[in-house]
Amino acid sequence: MKPFDYLRASAPDDATRADATIIAGGTNLLDLMKLQVMSPDRLVDITRLDLDHIEDHEGGLRIGALVTNSDLAADDRIRRDYPVLSRALLAGASGQLRNKATTGGNLLQRTRCPYFTDTAQPCNKREPGSGCAAIGGQTRLHAILGASEHCIATHPSDMAVAMQALGAEIEIQETTGATRRVSIREFYRLPGDTPHIETVLAPGELITAVILPAPPKGRQVYRKVRDRASYAFALVSVAAIVDVQDGRIAAATLAFGGLAHKPWHDPAVDRALEGAEPTPELFDAAADVLLADAVGQGSNDFKIVLARRTMKAVLAEATGLKEAA
Amino acid sequence: MPDTLDTHVRFGSNSGQPITRRDGRAKVTGGATFAADNSPDSVLHAVYVPATIARGRVTALDTAAAEAHPGVTHVVTPQNRPPLQGDPSDKPTMFSFRFEALQDDTVRYAGQPIALILGETLEAATEGARLLNPRYEIATPRTGLDEAAHYTFDPDAFGKPADTVHGDPEAGHAAAAHSVDVTYETAPQYHNAMETHAVVASWDGDRLSLDMPSQALSMTCAGIAYYFGIPAENVTLRSPYLGGGFGSKAIPTGPYVLAVLAARMTGRPVKMMLTRQQMFGPVGHRGQTRQRLRLGTDAEGRLTVLDHAGLSATSTFDDFIEPAANASQGLYAAGALRSTHSAVRLDVGTPGPMRAPGEASGSAALECAMDEMAETLGMDPLEFRLRNYAETEPGTGKPFSSKALRECYAQGAERFGWADRPLQPGQMRDADGLRVGWGMGTAFFPCPMFMAEANATLRADGTAMVETSAADMGQGAWTALAQIAADSLGLPLDQVEFRAGHSGLPDAGVAGGSGHTATAGSALHAAGGDVIRQLGEIAAADPDSPLHGAGNAGFTARDGRLYVAGDDSRSDAFADILARAGGAEVSGAGSASRAPEAAEAHAMNAHGAVFAEVKVDPDLCQMRVTRLVGAFAAGRIINPRLAESQLYGGMIWGLSFALHEEARHDPARGHIVNADLAGYHVPVNADVHGLDVISVHEDDPYVNALGVKGVGEIGITGTVGAIGNAIWHATGKRVRRFPIRIDDLLGD
Repeated sequence: MKPFDYLRASAPDDATRADATIIAGGTNLLDLMKLQVMSPDRLVDITRLDLDHIEDHEGGLRIGALVTNSDLAADDRIRRDYPVLSRALLAGASGQLRNKATTGGNLLQRTRCPYFTDTAQPCNKREPGSGCAAIGGQTRLHAILGASEHCIATHPSDMAVAMQALGAEIEIQETTGATRRVSIREFYRLPGDTPHIETVLAPGELITAVILPAPPKGRQVYRKVRDRASYAFALVSVAAIVDVQDGRIAAATLAFGGLAHKPWHDPAVDRALEGAEPTPELFDAAADVLLADAVGQGSNDFKIVLARRTMKAVLAEATGLKEAA
Repeated sequence: MPDTLDTHVRFGSNSGQPITRRDGRAKVTGGATFAADNSPDSVLHAVYVPATIARGRVTALDTAAAEAHPGVTHVVTPQNRPPLQGDPSDKPTMFSFRFEALQDDTVRYAGQPIALILGETLEAATEGARLLNPRYEIATPRTGLDEAAHYTFDPDAFGKPADTVHGDPEAGHAAAAHSVDVTYETAPQYHNAMETHAVVASWDGDRLSLDMPSQALSMTCAGIAYYFGIPAENVTLRSPYLGGGFGSKAIPTGPYVLAVLAARMTGRPVKMMLTRQQMFGPVGHRGQTRQRLRLGTDAEGRLTVLDHAGLSATSTFDDFIEPAANASQGLYAAGALRSTHSAVRLDVGTPGPMRAPGEASGSAALECAMDEMAETLGMDPLEFRLRNYAETEPGTGKPFSSKALRECYAQGAERFGWADRPLQPGQMRDADGLRVGWGMGTAFFPCPMFMAEANATLRADGTAMVETSAADMGQGAWTALAQIAADSLGLPLDQVEFRAGHSGLPDAGVAGGSGHTATAGSALHAAGGDVIRQLGEIAAADPDSPLHGAGNAGFTARDGRLYVAGDDSRSDAFADILARAGGAEVSGAGSASRAPEAAEAHAMNAHGAVFAEVKVDPDLCQMRVTRLVGAFAAGRIINPRLAESQLYGGMIWGLSFALHEEARHDPARGHIVNADLAGYHVPVNADVHGLDVISVHEDDPYVNALGVKGVGEIGITGTVGAIGNAIWHATGKRVRRFPIRIDDLLGD
């Protein structure tokens, strides 16, 4: 592999000013370096920074960027107040990986598109302008929503899907030393014609925390459908937070994994549910909204059907319709 | 009571005991030395560059850039590759297939080695390989079964299976009152042992030393020696442990030859270990198949014909035709039997033997077709199989050496609760509303023996040393073979030093075909028996021995003592006998192969019955195998713990075949898209729920003196079909392609 320099940050400024690729748990970056998909000249290791706390914050929680996926999933407050997040985390990767993987790193993990990870193939995300080999190829893991002619990759995270449903905010330290907060709903970008730019992070910027709002009302459900029972990326996943009052859906937030270049959230889907009585017909109508612009790539056409079924199953569970049946 | 039973091996205190792996602690603590753990002084690291296209020609390589990288010592391409003494297209052993070792610039499959980089470090060689940046002239690759012409072939050595016909299949079809005509497909699969292929090679003059995992040490030495123009005895091969083999490590392939060549070229030891991605290409796989099964029965459900036609994919440059259709020979009592094979040449590496080659894919299709036939008849699938139970070998009429399949069916069905199965599909739901289905399949595997030799030496202190070049792939040879050896000498296991895994030892043959314990074990048994015979002669001739003059009665060996047969009052300790004889050692030798007269007179197979329960989400169509019960009869079980583990492993492999394993080629470029263990799925623990193995007692006086058949592969057979059939039973939907996936059941 290509030689690289390794630095260790002792303060956030060291990371933002290092002109280097940030490494935390390394569970994704090191793989990509071994595959020569990413070949940074310089790494800055942030794991010594004091960013591994979960603190009460503005009625919600502030999760340090270096909190591991294992610790986050096991945290009593997360399990009690944000079970959708705990379940999503535990649906991802393996115990060993979750022990290393961090909150910030999980948000920034790269797609598992096999054409992205194969340097012999053209890929606009890896090498802008080279083309997309996935289109017309094996697309089981690929997007049905929001894709472009330049990229049909999906975001692989489970955690981020739950955070999308929760409306989390991402705290970013800028290279100037200033801090800003960005809603996760504004954080990720669709591929368009710049699929190599995946988030609104500018070069050098560091995620320092994820802030969860006050615990939402209602039931929280995370459902992941995949080809084996564990250790596989989602074909479709759904995070749902649904509050039913007096037989009607008072509030609903749904987010989806496996469908798009980013953890998918469509406010129109939520609106289609809110105020209505939960019925299979309502769920179908909301799925119609979700999937109105869905496009299959051939070997992932089934995901359009699967997304509808999964969404309906999750809504049946979250609204209590399943128990009633 | 069979007439040959008196030649049966005596029961010792070792065989039959569920002894834990003697190498287990070394393995889990890292103490066991696998091939790539060897790093001799001045070792060079070799990395080959795999072709990234599936068909075409290499037109340019940036050799200068690679050579200029610090730490890179050599860049080997077809332009400068030193000659081999044996042609890679030749077949020096029975397990030889043409391999790619930089003969020319043609690319025949993705993953083919197209250059070799040597470096002072693995990292330098890896970066050198990246810098080579190959350019290609690309031709349209063919990776699907219908993308090239189908052909037939003359049966020949290993890899070109003969067609078989018994009776009159056309008459069988004509006479059928009921029939099914179904076509099943199986996906390309890659072995992916946990330990990837690895070798450390070093030369001393014209003598070659190899550390590499091998399932067939002697044959590997002979093959490698051939390509380098040296006598086989000049090759020393150490293979004490293999991290799995599954057939892939029985055959020297291009990467091995390149590493050996590099060591000769540089005069330095060379180490090569394949990456996981490199396991998909030059080191064999199970070719994809399409199998048409036409079954006919009379009005009562007796098979009038079992007609199995297999199409298997092979490479463009050699033939390994997965002999899937042969799975229909020897199992069911059909009026007529026909198995035929055809093939198609695709731009893939040459397939090879992969755990249960032919039997696994053939059984998958056969057992599903049998289920479809039972469905057509409105008959319980187990009852249908019993209706067609073969009392003698179908086609030949030979008696079976032993066959406890009826007991397997009965015990498996009882344990599973098969009697409660509704005949119609889609009838069962669990408390969570999941669809539940039950299916079954017959397990069937031949029990071959190869040839093996062994030595045994009884030392003056009464302990012993035995040796044979056996290979432990993880199946437990270090343990089970030592148990046999100890019994052959009448010694406790800890009094016997067992040497194996080295080519300098007597040839133990091939660890394959589920026949290693039977073959190497029989050789060890014979070697120990030879020692005991000699010891008896010494004792009988010794006036000071309590055994003096008892030679005619014969002796038995037990707990380090020799007893007069049938008279426990007269015995003598091994050490005492030897001490009085001047402290000499007694050495014996043994060899083993299948007795020709026994093989001529009998059909020899292991049998079993596998029952599967699956649960299928009615909306999302996720499938989970919630129970697998397998009952197997495979002759004498030397070590129940290890045998059970083998059968568990086989059944999990079957689950993997049924629901997970598939190499997926890019339709345009031809390379395998999921060439790693994230994309190429095998089951994880969460996919494997209830696993239950029943070992059905079986005495077999004909297979060998030990009565051992073999358990390495049979667990796969039966299981794949049982799961496919259970999915049908849960959903009412027949999926005729493995692996079965969510989208196959999802509908619109």
